[in-house]
Amino acid sequence: MRRLPKVEGERIDRSEEVRFLFEGKPVRGYRGDTVTSALAASGVRVLGRSFKYHRRRGILSAADHDANALMQVRLADRSVPNVRADVVPVESGWQVSAVNTRGGLAHDRLAVLDRLKPFLPVGFYYKAFHSKRLFPRWERMFRHLSGLGTVDLRAARRSTPKRYDFCDVLVIGAGPSGLAAALAAAGRGARVLLIDENPAAGGSGCYARGGASTALNKTTALLSDVGADLRIRLLTSAYAAGYYADHWLALVTNECIVKVRAGSVIIAQGAYEQPAVFRGNDLPGVMLASAAQRLLYHQAVASARRVAVLTANAHGYAAALDALGNGIEVAAVLDVRDAAGALSAAAGEELTRRGVALHYGVTPLEAVARRGGEVAGLHFQSRTGRSSTRHRIALDGVWMSVGFAPANALLYQAGAQLSYVPALAQFLPTRLPPGVYACGKVNGVYGFEERLLDGRAAGDEAAAGLGFGSAPAARVRPPPLESPNHPYPIFPHPRGGEFVDFDEDLTVKDLANACQEGFDSSELLKRFSTVGMGPSQGKHSNMNALRILGSIRGESLETLGPTTARPMFHPVPLSHLAGRGFTPERRTALDEEHAALGAVWMPAANWRRPEYYAVPGKSRQEAIAAEVRAVRTRVGLIDVGTLGKIEVHGPQAAEFLERVYTARYARLAIGLTRYCLMLDESGVVIDDGVVARLGAESFYFTTTTGNSAILFREFGRLATWWGLPVGLVNLTGHYSAFNLAGPDSRALLAEHTTLDLSNEAFPYLGLREAVIAGAPCRIMRVGFVGELGYEIHLPAEYALDVWRALRASGARFQLQTFGVEAQRILRLEKGHIIVSQDTDGVTNALEIGVNWALRMEKPFFIGQRSLAILGKQPRRQTLVGFDLPAGALRRPREAHLILDGGQIAGRVTSTCLSPTLGRCIGLALVTPAVAEGKTLRIRVDRGEEIEAAIVAPPFYDREGERQRLEQPKPAVDAIRPRAALTSARRRSPLESALAGAAPERSPAANAPLRFLDLSPRERFGCKGPGAEPWLAAAGFTVPRAPNSARVDASGVLVARLAAAEFLIEAVEGGAERVAAARGQLGSAARPAEVYPVARADLVIGISGAHLNRLLRQICSVDFAPLLESRAATSGPVTLTSMIGVSVVALLRDGIDGEPVLTLWVDPSFAHYFWTTLLEVGRDIGAVAVNEYSGAEARESASSHAIHQRG
Amino acid sequence: MKIMTCPINGRRAISEFAYGGEVREMPDPATVSDESWADYVFNRSGVPGVKKEWWCHTPSGVWFIAERDTATDSILRTYLYAPQTQVRPEPAA
Repeated sequence: MRRLPKVEGERIDRSEEVRFLFEGKPVRGYRGDTVTSALAASGVRVLGRSFKYHRRRGILSAADHDANALMQVRLADRSVPNVRADVVPVESGWQVSAVNTRGGLAHDRLAVLDRLKPFLPVGFYYKAFHSKRLFPRWERMFRHLSGLGTVDLRAARRSTPKRYDFCDVLVIGAGPSGLAAALAAAGRGARVLLIDENPAAGGSGCYARGGASTALNKTTALLSDVGADLRIRLLTSAYAAGYYADHWLALVTNECIVKVRAGSVIIAQGAYEQPAVFRGNDLPGVMLASAAQRLLYHQAVASARRVAVLTANAHGYAAALDALGNGIEVAAVLDVRDAAGALSAAAGEELTRRGVALHYGVTPLEAVARRGGEVAGLHFQSRTGRSSTRHRIALDGVWMSVGFAPANALLYQAGAQLSYVPALAQFLPTRLPPGVYACGKVNGVYGFEERLLDGRAAGDEAAAGLGFGSAPAARVRPPPLESPNHPYPIFPHPRGGEFVDFDEDLTVKDLANACQEGFDSSELLKRFSTVGMGPSQGKHSNMNALRILGSIRGESLETLGPTTARPMFHPVPLSHLAGRGFTPERRTALDEEHAALGAVWMPAANWRRPEYYAVPGKSRQEAIAAEVRAVRTRVGLIDVGTLGKIEVHGPQAAEFLERVYTARYARLAIGLTRYCLMLDESGVVIDDGVVARLGAESFYFTTTTGNSAILFREFGRLATWWGLPVGLVNLTGHYSAFNLAGPDSRALLAEHTTLDLSNEAFPYLGLREAVIAGAPCRIMRVGFVGELGYEIHLPAEYALDVWRALRASGARFQLQTFGVEAQRILRLEKGHIIVSQDTDGVTNALEIGVNWALRMEKPFFIGQRSLAILGKQPRRQTLVGFDLPAGALRRPREAHLILDGGQIAGRVTSTCLSPTLGRCIGLALVTPAVAEGKTLRIRVDRGEEIEAAIVAPPFYDREGERQRLEQPKPAVDAIRPRAALTSARRRSPLESALAGAAPERSPAANAPLRFLDLSPRERFGCKGPGAEPWLAAAGFTVPRAPNSARVDASGVLVARLAAAEFLIEAVEGGAERVAAARGQLGSAARPAEVYPVARADLVIGISGAHLNRLLRQICSVDFAPLLESRAATSGPVTLTSMIGVSVVALLRDGIDGEPVLTLWVDPSFAHYFWTTLLEVGRDIGAVAVNEYSGAEARESASSHAIHQRG
Repeated sequence: MKIMTCPINGRRAISEFAYGGEVREMPDPATVSDESWADYVFNRSGVPGVKKEWWCHTPSGVWFIAERDTATDSILRTYLYAPQTQVRPEPAA
């Protein structure tokens, strides 16, 4: 237990001392020391207490599975639990203490549990503590007695990034075979990512030396070759936690999880040395030979003065030579086998020459401890011929080297077939899935030179599989000269105490008992005994447990097979797993307005909408009632921009709608709207909205908020399936909509438009296209809330100004903005249903009183055939209206049950206290028998029952007079535009986002990453069969290939999105040309078969040298190849998803040679997208800039002057 | 995460795609029996094997057909849908 003089290849920096406290006592080490090595160098051998019996434990592996040396580390600002002392580099100022002790490590009061061992047999918990009532108490007690570290709840919240990475060949494990594999693959031209879980690469090549420097020198040479190869990236302190489909792996680094997509994967993870199982094998001082070697050569620490090496392979002999070479006395080499093997014979001779006693046929009987618990001696028996002798030797260290278990968890996860090979006493991959390769110890190859050959072959194969060079010759595996693994290194003792699992304190007897109880298959044994379930996840215990199971069952490991290995391969910090989450939220263009008006938000699909506007001094109910009354008596304004808004164009547009919806649209007149109802194939109601006819071959229609995205997608599928080549355009995010409703709505609207609003010129259910407050709008006379009303739809970039104009002049009419809740009440008073509130997943169209909308005589609509069948069957349920007398004290709520003779006969679907009617009204789905009666029995809160009268809706304005034509209010003719026809201006969707977020802005041209809002550029989109010829005729340069873009000489970008949609934008000039073409597309003289696509996009330009660092946190597509091949005037368009939002991405070369990425995003995601991008980019030094500087200035030159910031 | 190849947009993570159900021939509603129609609407075959399915690349809205072996969880091929000669009701007047 001392620090050695300088050792060749040591990883400590002796010029920098590290001072820390362990269990309150000062300890010194060097930079590069792990907690364990610093303690070992200072003579500390007891590092922790075991999980269950609180036995003293020391070093076992020094390789990340010393589960008994977990530390609680107190830092200045937080306390970190379960720090792995064996691998974590210690730092000055740490206060380190062992977890799971009471009263300190030295005098742990819970050590008494070790003496209670006989009373704590395996499965003891299950048998003793199954009382449901008492279990919580026992659970608390045991959590306290047998635990790990303590979570520090005061620790500051941290946001862990997530990253993506890409490579051709991923090599896991940078030992000799992994290094050779990486070099071979890179040599063929593959991009290689090489990872290793240790802080430094080299693996056993650096520490398993056998007293010589050959392996070290060769490994060092390999490392320097790897460092010099630009195609290899080496990532240390990183492990692969899981293998997922198509070579997708989760790498865990100190900072975060990296999701790597590899072309192929080489597993070169090596093998874990395994303990021999004998009495006292857990005493501090008894350790794996490789642990001792790591300490010797990595940190120049001698872990003992006098050791015995218990071995069954050449590695033990090599370790003995390493001990001798570093001044550690070797008391004996104890070979479990009857004779040395072919590879160990020479080392054995050298050891004999140097005076080391060699014993063969050894059975270790017991390691004994001195006071204080550390190992002080070993009793063993050796055999020569037929005679056996007992020996006792005094020592302070036992090194075990009896075999290895391959680190094949990832191979297992990847689907490799693993078979037990008796000649090696090891599981080997015998069939590998495509693109997965194995080499080195995990592949059964142990010799240093052989591992280099095996690694090189794997590297060649992996690269060749990806097309880098021709396939190499098949690998030949010569039979091993000497097995590295003993088939049964297990030596039971009559008094027990031979530990199999050091994490869970399991001995041979425990496993035998579990088998005796009937848990005698590997998976059952694991669950009952918890073997392999501790923090080291069976890395040192599964193999021996399986051998014991095989021995008990009399079966070979060939038939037992390997145990299941699932992700995670190694415990992963929860903060890493949680990471930074991306939850896209949509906002309408009026979001900031609502916030300023005191909106109380409610979620609606992934949008947020005002439920109502809070009024100081008024309760929620009072505020909502006031909103309702304003609509009924004056005028109200509601943002309905979350509705799905879709256009369908083409000669077959009408047929498409007729097939999708239940009503008829072929003969719907231009300028009229009609209710639309959509069913699924079984006749169940799934959506509704309004269809408006814009032209002979053009319709505009709406869907409900929650269904808009999924239905637009489904419409595309249906059109493809039906072979109807219609042009579908999703305007949902690019268009805003609000409903101006109430008796005064006509007078108010008239102030902002020259459109004739008279009932004759613009009747109920009409549609008009007109300019309102300077913005091009579509206006529909709808009656959802049951008053004279105008639903105004317009491009989102104008919405704010039109909304403000209406509100400004609305003051005269006491205009009231109203929220979703008031709208729900208003429509309920009219008896209008809300699909998915008044219907559910089994409510068909015949049950909700909309037969007027079902045109069964049509040739086809979705669900029609099923309705025909349902129509012949008795009705299951019917939607009815009900009301309660004014002043009724007990009122029902939604989902309250309807009872009929004590049986459930339905439920309330909607109900409210109507501010207009002064009584409670509602809708209920009930059995036909109940519907035929006069009253409903409703079971309300606390099980009380009330009676309600069945009333046919609507409850209010039964004749529908109010929504059709207005009562004598100001004469229509008298209305003339009064307010100045303000000219609404286009606004960037970021205007409100920026106002809310107020990001740091800097004109710094040299920031590593710069974000610029390019939304105000002139732009339009189009699609349809006539689009390409029209664009070409208009003089635009149209790229041919799908997903490609070109910027022509006048600075206009034309991008082909997927196959046949186009995006045209003035990026470096040509704004007038773009505006002119846009104007033509929107005019009556629209070119034939060209369908306009509204593009109110959020457009962000991102430039800077660190662009790819950002992309690797936000997108699963590898942009590296595009970055390498980027050009100034053309490039591929990528339609993908970033931070959960669909984007159009174009990568080009800026004038100064830096890449410029332009992203087009649905404007309703603007706030989320921009703020999230800034947050992610902050770590990379991203800044938002007002304009590109220097060479990029031309980018912003064409940005509109109208783009101002408030 | 699995990779799927969109015929237009190329190889992408499966998270960029949405499933649209198995490709099934709709019986002619005018001539089919109630029983056969109910079978078409409600019954699906879950037997592992090669399935022809609708998939959509959501950022671009491209619908295509993927042939997938559900027994091995492997995607065999993907291609754009070509409407075959199929029974369709007469277009609406």
